[in-house]
Amino acid sequence: MSEITLVEAVTQALAHELEADGNVVVLGEDVGANGGVFRATAGLQQRFGSARVFDTPLAETLIAGMSIGLAAQGLRPVAEMQFMGFMYPAIDQLLNHAARLRNRTCGRMSCPLVLRSPMGAGIHAPEHHSESTETLFAHIPGLRVVIPSSPARAYGLLLAAIRDPDPVVFLEPTRLYRLAKEEVPDSGDALPLDVCFVLREGKDVTLVTWGATTRETLAAAAALADEGIEAEVIDVATIAPLDINTILESVGKTGRCVIAHEAARNVGVGAEIAARIADRGLLTLLAPIKRVTGYDTIVPLAKLEQSYLPTPERIAAAARETLEAA
Amino acid sequence: MRRPADAPKTLRLASETPPTELAAQFEVRCTRILDADGRLRAPLPEPFADASALTSVYEEMLALRLFDAKAVALQRTGRLGTYPSCLGQEATAVAIGRTMAREDVLLGTYRETGTMLARGVLMSEIFLYWSGDERGSAYSGPDAPKQDFPICVPIATHAPHAVGVAYAMKLKREPRVAVCVLGDGATSKGDFYEALNGAGVWQLPLVFVVVNNEWAISVPRSAQTRAQTLAQKAISAGIPGEQVDGNDVIAVHSVLQRAMAKARDGGGPHVVEALTYRIHDHTTADDATRYRTAEDVERAKRLDPLARLRHYLVRERLWNEQQEAAAREACNARVEQAVAEFLAVPPRHPSSMFEHLFAELPAALHEQRDAVRGANHE
Repeated sequence: MSEITLVEAVTQALAHELEADGNVVVLGEDVGANGGVFRATAGLQQRFGSARVFDTPLAETLIAGMSIGLAAQGLRPVAEMQFMGFMYPAIDQLLNHAARLRNRTCGRMSCPLVLRSPMGAGIHAPEHHSESTETLFAHIPGLRVVIPSSPARAYGLLLAAIRDPDPVVFLEPTRLYRLAKEEVPDSGDALPLDVCFVLREGKDVTLVTWGATTRETLAAAAALADEGIEAEVIDVATIAPLDINTILESVGKTGRCVIAHEAARNVGVGAEIAARIADRGLLTLLAPIKRVTGYDTIVPLAKLEQSYLPTPERIAAAARETLEAA
Repeated sequence: MRRPADAPKTLRLASETPPTELAAQFEVRCTRILDADGRLRAPLPEPFADASALTSVYEEMLALRLFDAKAVALQRTGRLGTYPSCLGQEATAVAIGRTMAREDVLLGTYRETGTMLARGVLMSEIFLYWSGDERGSAYSGPDAPKQDFPICVPIATHAPHAVGVAYAMKLKREPRVAVCVLGDGATSKGDFYEALNGAGVWQLPLVFVVVNNEWAISVPRSAQTRAQTLAQKAISAGIPGEQVDGNDVIAVHSVLQRAMAKARDGGGPHVVEALTYRIHDHTTADDATRYRTAEDVERAKRLDPLARLRHYLVRERLWNEQQEAAAREACNARVEQAVAEFLAVPPRHPSSMFEHLFAELPAALHEQRDAVRGANHE
């Protein structure tokens, strides 16, 4: 079996569900003949036809809004937003409609749509192409927000998102699209939503992260291991609703916690995690919770983006700080 | 002959605009059959050659008017929250309901009460919704239109939904139509244009009804757009658009019947701008005397959809005072019955706010739900 990249895992999951479920449709800008600007839908239109895999006019409100109509009629739309910076018109549709259709009709209607979008900096892309604004979506009740951090999790979590009976925003870290390969059997086996994944076990400090920053966090854990510090690394994966229990369990064991994410710090998902730990796990803490995040600035253009992103060094330094505290 | 190299160049300057050729030409027509005095300007179209169809549509409009008045009264006495009256717009609402097939899908705003009733939504559910209870959108009645979208409150945001609904119908090759109803103010939003454009691109079975009631809360139609008609906005998306006298139930019925038949037969989308007038305030929370004159409203009342049809029916000896009184009594009895049913609905448990958030409540939310349950001794 050959190894595939994260973006190929996305394509593999889409193809699997298009094949398995006749109600699945794929839509977006340039997803047809072009196969998507990142090639995530490559070959799908040729294979499944232009009625089920189709280009839309250049209109983000339409893409998000019509997905709601498609979903309400029993289809399973998987819509692509070309970049996260272009996704904000869709927030109106997600917040006002998709996330509340089931609730406001007391279950008469539902909205099983998936809105996929690339996210994050680090690929020398133009302005508006490097945002990590997942917190905007995580704040919306009734909406799931899922961020994979490896080819296998991209495949398994996207299958789960498409099969989920409720709306899911699925954010794909562009920096990871082609960074690494792994074997991902096209098994059709979904991974669970709403749970964290423990990527590395350790007893000294808990490193909580998601998305592209998972890589820097794992690198930090490896560096710490060289110093004899055993870090536990948790990939949150579904940032809303949040599986705080896995995090609390780990922090209960280590007594120390560093939260690392690419998004700006202010009101980031890291703040919510820290607050929940403070609420239910404060007495297990041996040191203050540290956050290593993007800065509360506009994501800089390509030349400075590496200075914006959390690094293994910054994450490891924060971990050492928690160890020095107690 | 060759020009000497050092000779000054002489350029011919255009003295007038350059010649053009006709690139495209459009026109917008308006249909009116029954004029404001209740006189026919054209022969009655199907199905109104049958007198019983005329009296039945009149009774339906009358029922809507009485229901609407009751809803306003219930708001004034604290039984309902804010309510948006549809007074004066009965013809368009009823005609939409009558021309839609049962399996079609309605996507409307908060002023489509008449269409919702025609579609099988219960009067008691409409009261329930405006009293502030989600169960009003559950559409639990025996003839309920289970696939109709609930009322859309944010303006024009439902127009893209209609595109998705119609795309699904076309994909599944079902002879159904999506009907998107919105107001004059909605035509100023990008959502409306994005939806029109998508409907045109895919030639979807989708009929947009723009209920132009002249007012978007306090902003008049004239301040909404410089466009001569709202129907012509369809043309920018390659869709036919036309106007109809929205207070002439016969004309609206006729125009919509044609548009829906065309959409159902694969003929693509259509935009109908129904010209009417919002007699009441925007909602019970509004006071229209702040921004329009009593004369404006009086002028509009002379175009009343019920009065004009009644004039016609009376003149044709198809309706009389006794029938009017009997119809009012019957309608009022139905409305009162619905009020009683609405008032008898038991309150919801506070924890019900978690009940339909997801298909299955995620574990992350159990603690909050249980806390609400515990605090309320559920």
